[in-house]
Amino acid sequence: MNFRMIVYILGNMLRLEGLLMAVPAALAFYYGEGPALKAFLATLAVCVLTGTAMESREPENKRIYGREGFVVVALSWIMMSVFGALPFYLSGAIEGVMNCFFETVSGFTTTGATILSDIEALPLSILFWRSFTHWVGGMGILVFMLAVLPMGDDRSMYLMRAEAPGPVVSKLVPKVKSTAKLLYTIYIVLTLVEMTLLFFGGMPLFDSVVNAFSTAGTGGFAIKNASIAAYDSVYFEYVITVFMLLFGVNFNLYYLLLIRDFKNALRNEELRYYAAIVIGSILLITANIYRFYPTLESAFRHAAFQVAAITSTTGFATANFELWPEFSRTLIFCLTILGACGGSTAGGLKVSRFIILLKMAAREVRHIIHPRSVNLIKLDGYKVEEDVTHGVTGYIIVYILLLLGSFILVSLDNFDFTTSLTSVVTCLSNVGPGLGMVGPEDNFGFFSGFSKFVLCMDMLLGRLEIFPIILLFAPPVWRKSYM
Amino acid sequence: MKVVIVGDGKVGGTIASQLATEGHDIIVIDNNTTVLTNAVNTMDIISVEGNGASLEVQRRAGVESADILIAATSADEVNMLACLLGKKLGARHTIARVRSPEYISQIAFLKDELGLSMSVNPELAAAGEISRLLRFPSALKIEPFARGRVELVEVRIPEHSVLDGMPLWAIYKEFQVKILICAVQREGKVFIPSGAFVLQAGDKINVTAPHLEIAKFFRIIGIFRSSVKSVMIIGGGRMAYYLAKEMLMLRVRVKIIELDMKRCEYLCEMLPEAVIIHGDGTDKELLQEEGLEKTDAVVTLTSMDEENIVVSLYAKVKKVSKVIAKINRISFDEILDKLDIDGFISPKTIAANNIVRYVRAMQNSVGSSNVETLHRLINDQVEALEFRVNENSPVVGIPLKDLRTKDELLVATIIRGTQVIIPAGNDTIEIGDNVIIVTAKKHLMDLKDILK
Repeated sequence: MNFRMIVYILGNMLRLEGLLMAVPAALAFYYGEGPALKAFLATLAVCVLTGTAMESREPENKRIYGREGFVVVALSWIMMSVFGALPFYLSGAIEGVMNCFFETVSGFTTTGATILSDIEALPLSILFWRSFTHWVGGMGILVFMLAVLPMGDDRSMYLMRAEAPGPVVSKLVPKVKSTAKLLYTIYIVLTLVEMTLLFFGGMPLFDSVVNAFSTAGTGGFAIKNASIAAYDSVYFEYVITVFMLLFGVNFNLYYLLLIRDFKNALRNEELRYYAAIVIGSILLITANIYRFYPTLESAFRHAAFQVAAITSTTGFATANFELWPEFSRTLIFCLTILGACGGSTAGGLKVSRFIILLKMAAREVRHIIHPRSVNLIKLDGYKVEEDVTHGVTGYIIVYILLLLGSFILVSLDNFDFTTSLTSVVTCLSNVGPGLGMVGPEDNFGFFSGFSKFVLCMDMLLGRLEIFPIILLFAPPVWRKSYM
Repeated sequence: MKVVIVGDGKVGGTIASQLATEGHDIIVIDNNTTVLTNAVNTMDIISVEGNGASLEVQRRAGVESADILIAATSADEVNMLACLLGKKLGARHTIARVRSPEYISQIAFLKDELGLSMSVNPELAAAGEISRLLRFPSALKIEPFARGRVELVEVRIPEHSVLDGMPLWAIYKEFQVKILICAVQREGKVFIPSGAFVLQAGDKINVTAPHLEIAKFFRIIGIFRSSVKSVMIIGGGRMAYYLAKEMLMLRVRVKIIELDMKRCEYLCEMLPEAVIIHGDGTDKELLQEEGLEKTDAVVTLTSMDEENIVVSLYAKVKKVSKVIAKINRISFDEILDKLDIDGFISPKTIAANNIVRYVRAMQNSVGSSNVETLHRLINDQVEALEFRVNENSPVVGIPLKDLRTKDELLVATIIRGTQVIIPAGNDTIEIGDNVIIVTAKKHLMDLKDILK
């Protein structure tokens, strides 16, 4: 394990986080929020100083392998969350160390689960930082680093692959740096478009910026206690619905659109499944709930918003689906597990994994009928490598084990079955709201410190697709000779 | 530039990694997934899996918009077909690796139809390199610059040489030769020396100068050897054939030892002036019987690295003055440096370097950089670049001693018309000159980058 290089990259990351802190610090200054300003400046100084110290010694051997990539990604996300929690703690906006950490992890992993009951009481700069963590965490902080910092590019693919979600990660263009830049350009442009649409629809500037950040990262931190419902605007709800769904699409497709390769973009199987799942769920839920709403349109709008919020793993709310019939709630729960497309900012199992699993199941059936038949699994017309299918099954197995393990640990708090289960699932999928006591109008504040820690780990596991965090607990990783 | 490389073998891989570090966009096509995965992990490139000579695969790799398509698979036919397709799809230049002597002769005939910008034959290129080394036996390596008018020669300073303990500034004073020592390797470290640098026996030095001056310099410091009169080649493969042909043209006596009878007969037919011995080239008795000690040079060209090294070391023990070995696994350079063998040749690396050089030259006609040629020296730690001074640049007209250049950088040669200048402090760079810069800093794009 190349520890020097790991420390070096981590130092770079920390310095970057410190610099990002300048944005909310400027806001705190502008709004005259004294304690918040002090907290941000202190964190900025700590991050930049520690970071600079860590990367002052440039390692001679810059060679990293897959394992270093995973470890760097896992450690940097934990480190980012610890330092990112400092402003909450130092400004006194959130009480308790564990609560601050939970809120930051929930921010960076784009979960959007909160422990706060009165969000509106927080200073504006702190609210901004909460949503900003969504935006940064959505596309990935390491990807950002690859885009802006001069790194040894040859092996940085290991970093990108460890951080980016989905069963297969590929570059858009030959260079990692250009790929990272392209991804961020697409991301920024989409965010700006949403911001503009919200702003010209009549949302205050601060609100449109912050809500756009939360949507873009598919996070879900709102700045009103009643989430998006507080604005009571049909226009905002439709705009946000559309953008939540857009941010759940694989970003490679936007690149294909950008280079006018419409044929390949439309051929994408994941996109078609995603669209089918979203439209199907919206229609089913609309049919299931329309008698609770005055008009069919409002039933459709609420169904669409909630489905988009859950599938894209954003977790905004305009209606309390806790009050919906059992069928709709179950559907929502299933969407929570599923998530959106790979290569997007969304969480969950990813539609592409689901497709591969379905096809593997179909292959098993065919294999029983024709034992000697040769069957390939294809996606978008190309053969899926055995490595990938093995990866998917392995992922599902570990996912289920983790789900059960966390479920048991959280159940120590002695809440009801639905609450314990859905809180774990919603954290693993980075959605935010669950069912029972953690529904869209509730928060996670009542859990014990221990459960909060377990849920934090679940969020990180979910965002980084499990293996980077697991690798931290594998003893061979920490030995110098990998024996 | 966008470069598509078909075939991720040794040649393709070397080209890809070189060009990727120089900032080009590289797409590699191969039909072996494992090789591709490894390539994508260790280099900043993307890959496409499939047969590189198929239209669908080339479309997927975006050959339409590629500046160069390089076909470097082990099959000549695939390479030519890939280039033909690529040209038709719209690749601006195509380069094919063609190694079979039969095809090479018809490349010229088919050049327009195939649309090849360049064809590379690794064995032929390597034979050329060996023959250059044999003609100039005191050098470890020779690189031509400015179309051959200036040479960059690597030599090792022998024990008890007059240069041992001499600072660089004293050389001209002592011997009146105009040469420039532009890089020194000592114990694995590389120095770009200044005038105060003191040489030691055992240093490997890189010297630039016109051909005649170098010969004079070598004679003075006592490492000059006359060119070889006889050469023994172990292994009678394609490279041996090309080398023997060149050597025979230079009136050098050639003896080839080959194990396979059929091959011996073929060589005998093709090279009537050479002596062909049927036998095991690693058999000590046979080597002695055929007079290994009495030959001026031994070149080991069997397909086994180990046998090449063993026979070469044996030849060195028997005081053969120039011994060159073919090595495929050139990446073990740490060991190779320690061996007492005069030169190592890897045909694949040479082919890759030739292609890379061609791509760089092409980049000048397209891109903003005005590097004419670029050589990587000393395991890629030092670059020697040839710039053309086209317009008024901030370095023009100022005596070199007043230029504030970067550290570890040297203006090695100025070529003005037919004149080759080994610059001293009062010389200046003028418009129209070609200038050779030696530096340990990488990625100089323009002559003005040499300034601090």
